[in-house]
Amino acid sequence: MSELRVRAGGLYTTVQDTGRFGHYHMGMPPSGAMDTYSAVVANMLVGNPDGAGVLEGTYVGPTLEFTDDRLVAVTGADVPVTLNDEPVEPWTAIRVRSGDVLGFAMIRAGCRAYVAVSGGIDVPVYLGSRSTYTLTGIGGHEGRKLVDDESLPLGAAEGPGRDGAVVPEDLRPDLTGTAELRTVVGLCSYRLTEGGLASFLGTDWKVTKDADRVGYRLRGGKLDFTEREQPFGAGSDPANVVDLGYPVGSIQVPGGDEPIVLLNDAVTGGGYATIGTVISVDRDRIAQTKTGDAVRFNSVDLDTALAARRDRRERIERVRSRIAR
Amino acid sequence: MTTIKAQMPGVFYRRPAPEKPAYVDDGESISEGQTIALIEVMKTFNEVKADASGTVAEFLVEDGDEVDVGQDIVRLGEA
Repeated sequence: MSELRVRAGGLYTTVQDTGRFGHYHMGMPPSGAMDTYSAVVANMLVGNPDGAGVLEGTYVGPTLEFTDDRLVAVTGADVPVTLNDEPVEPWTAIRVRSGDVLGFAMIRAGCRAYVAVSGGIDVPVYLGSRSTYTLTGIGGHEGRKLVDDESLPLGAAEGPGRDGAVVPEDLRPDLTGTAELRTVVGLCSYRLTEGGLASFLGTDWKVTKDADRVGYRLRGGKLDFTEREQPFGAGSDPANVVDLGYPVGSIQVPGGDEPIVLLNDAVTGGGYATIGTVISVDRDRIAQTKTGDAVRFNSVDLDTALAARRDRRERIERVRSRIAR
Repeated sequence: MTTIKAQMPGVFYRRPAPEKPAYVDDGESISEGQTIALIEVMKTFNEVKADASGTVAEFLVEDGDEVDVGQDIVRLGEA
């Protein structure tokens, strides 16, 4: 069996795929690549199924050594990539051989880089997924982030990948400027005053240092809640409601003016008012914001959210047909 | 001018714990690989290691300040 050597794990690199679904009602969040588009496209480039295991690096990427002939592709964050210390193109399938070393320099924009290797990162499937959920230590590689000097199993590289296959510029995400996050307002937005909701939608929020796969805490605006009589079963904080399930991408405000966007590894339910939900397509975008970046919430209806999801599917198919040429 | 840059964004700390002395003071010499500060991000405190040797001419970031990726945090003088 072939393996991928991890010379350096980077800051926070985990094995992810497209997620672990079907267990949310048991309190199990989906995990999976935070920027789904980049992860799926990386797999396409190297000829893997869309849902094969990839590596998700955060801020500081890993250093990886290959032990046999493979295709590798890096997508996601804008970061200089090197092979044996020579620059190589991102969003491109690159042929590598035993002893070749893939490395990363400092990120220029974005937050998370994805590394797909032909054959996929072949860690054991747990509850239907190879994704790592570090909070409970399950899935992925031993349920944790990668560390220096270890090895990952690779699957058999039998896909249709082609050296030099490239994703055109116009099909790569734009990671510059304020991240515009389309958001369906609700389920508990009734807890905000009119001014509170206007402030929520009108503020350029700044990503704080508390921003990871669980959630992103934001700062910069003021959120006023309406007066109310505390309902039976709800906590005393104005932001408390009777417990409910939290949609992935939902935004809660636990006692104060700092909204938290719940993401792939988040708690699945609880007693905080969720004032909106970032649509699935734009969770790829927030996943590429880093501490200090700005985000805005733009109110959209459910039809717009569903149309955006259809658009992304079409975009992914466009990439597939461009790569196949 | 040689500087050491932040490899990640977050909150910058000069000392390992609030009651502890700073890792290095201005004017001290440091060697490559030495821990010179911490950056807190994603609920972890990450060691900032010098990627060059030299004398610390000046810290360009205050204890507790926010830093961005690529921001200069230390200016090095002659080794």
